[in-house]
Amino acid sequence: MLSQLGEEARPLAGGQSLIPLMKLRLANPEHLVDLNFIPGTSYIKEDAGKLRLGALSRHSEIENSAIAGKIPLLHDCAAGIADVQVRNRGTIGGSLAEADPSGDWAVALATLACQVVCVSPDGERSLPMAEFVTDAYTTALAPNELVKEITVKIPTKASGGAYLACKRAAPVYASASAAVQLTMEGDVCQDVAIALGCVGLTAIKATDAENALRSHRIDEKTLATAMDAARATADPQSDMRGSADYKRALIAALVKRAIEIAIRRAQGEQVEVAPIYA
Amino acid sequence: MPETIEKVSIEVNVNGKRHSLRLEPRILLVEMLREQLDLTGTHVGCDTTYCGACTVLLNGAAVKSCTVLAVQADGAEITTVEALGKNGELHPIQKAFGEAYGLQCGYCTPGIMLAALQLLTENKQPSDKQVRKSIAGNTCRCTGYQNIFKAIQRAAQNMKGA
Repeated sequence: MLSQLGEEARPLAGGQSLIPLMKLRLANPEHLVDLNFIPGTSYIKEDAGKLRLGALSRHSEIENSAIAGKIPLLHDCAAGIADVQVRNRGTIGGSLAEADPSGDWAVALATLACQVVCVSPDGERSLPMAEFVTDAYTTALAPNELVKEITVKIPTKASGGAYLACKRAAPVYASASAAVQLTMEGDVCQDVAIALGCVGLTAIKATDAENALRSHRIDEKTLATAMDAARATADPQSDMRGSADYKRALIAALVKRAIEIAIRRAQGEQVEVAPIYA
Repeated sequence: MPETIEKVSIEVNVNGKRHSLRLEPRILLVEMLREQLDLTGTHVGCDTTYCGACTVLLNGAAVKSCTVLAVQADGAEITTVEALGKNGELHPIQKAFGEAYGLQCGYCTPGIMLAALQLLTENKQPSDKQVRKSIAGNTCRCTGYQNIFKAIQRAAQNMKGA
């Protein structure tokens, strides 16, 4: 159907971004193709050590799923998006395809072994998260292609993660957000992935901050180095949510807190995470 | 942009009553409720998915009806504030808002009561944190929220016997 209608058609998932954009006349599609009536597009399954999330899975379904809860960082992300009304409608596939620079899912998923399965009349293909979002509001999707499924490898027991967002109020996008997934052996960090949100055109992998921790004992000194590296990697713009300087300070603090929570979770502790309002 | 917009037919169940409607596909759910069905208890506060005054239940889930197209509700069950009171009796949630002074101007109240209805249907004894989270998407410019939190907790008590 999307092939027939051409580039002026937009698929409609949860509509929690597209409908507001249309009201502002920032999006003006000739046709909308509502995906909500297609059966079998919303599911959360575990399959051979992987989570499989149907593209139309609502944020609230992921928030309340015991299976998705096996990756606490995913629960943090789902439960912290906007408010209950938006989570009841908004979908993970729609959020990724929208590729808003302040979107939550792309940041959280950038720290996990994650593939985005896309489908079109020409068949299916699977892209790693890093290749899916190519720029602000831009993905690798062809006009007649849809997100079908998101697969995430379930990290080992020795691994812990956290997703933390700082926002001015529940219904708005975060001012900054950070995701951390790390594996510990004693107090030495075996492996780590860190991603930053709202401080660039896409989610940013904080490679220097990762290098500051990987194979190192995590103490005040390595934490400070990682924070400095995250601050340097961030490329924020001043806007109504805060100045660029403020966001750099914020992202460093969020990275530190997310690392600390990820370590506690890697050690088996249950830690509740909620967005920080400021 | 076509000159005349072709109408489409939908079937919706609103507050237990079935309606067959013909409407333009661009019509929002809140416009359908207020303008076609004359159910004006659902308010439009911001029309930007922020304030939650337009909150209704769509198949039991709270949604902002300014951010759902009416055609997307085809085949669905909608609950609005008009369904809360029955036979001249206020719903326990409505009673609690009166008793706890959970409203002042009342503009945001229908939306908040519907968000509370989803919470209290799923969770008979919510914690204060859960109450706060349940209405994080609803803006009130009068009360400062404290009495709204109290009203929802009181409603939970009221509904225990029900």
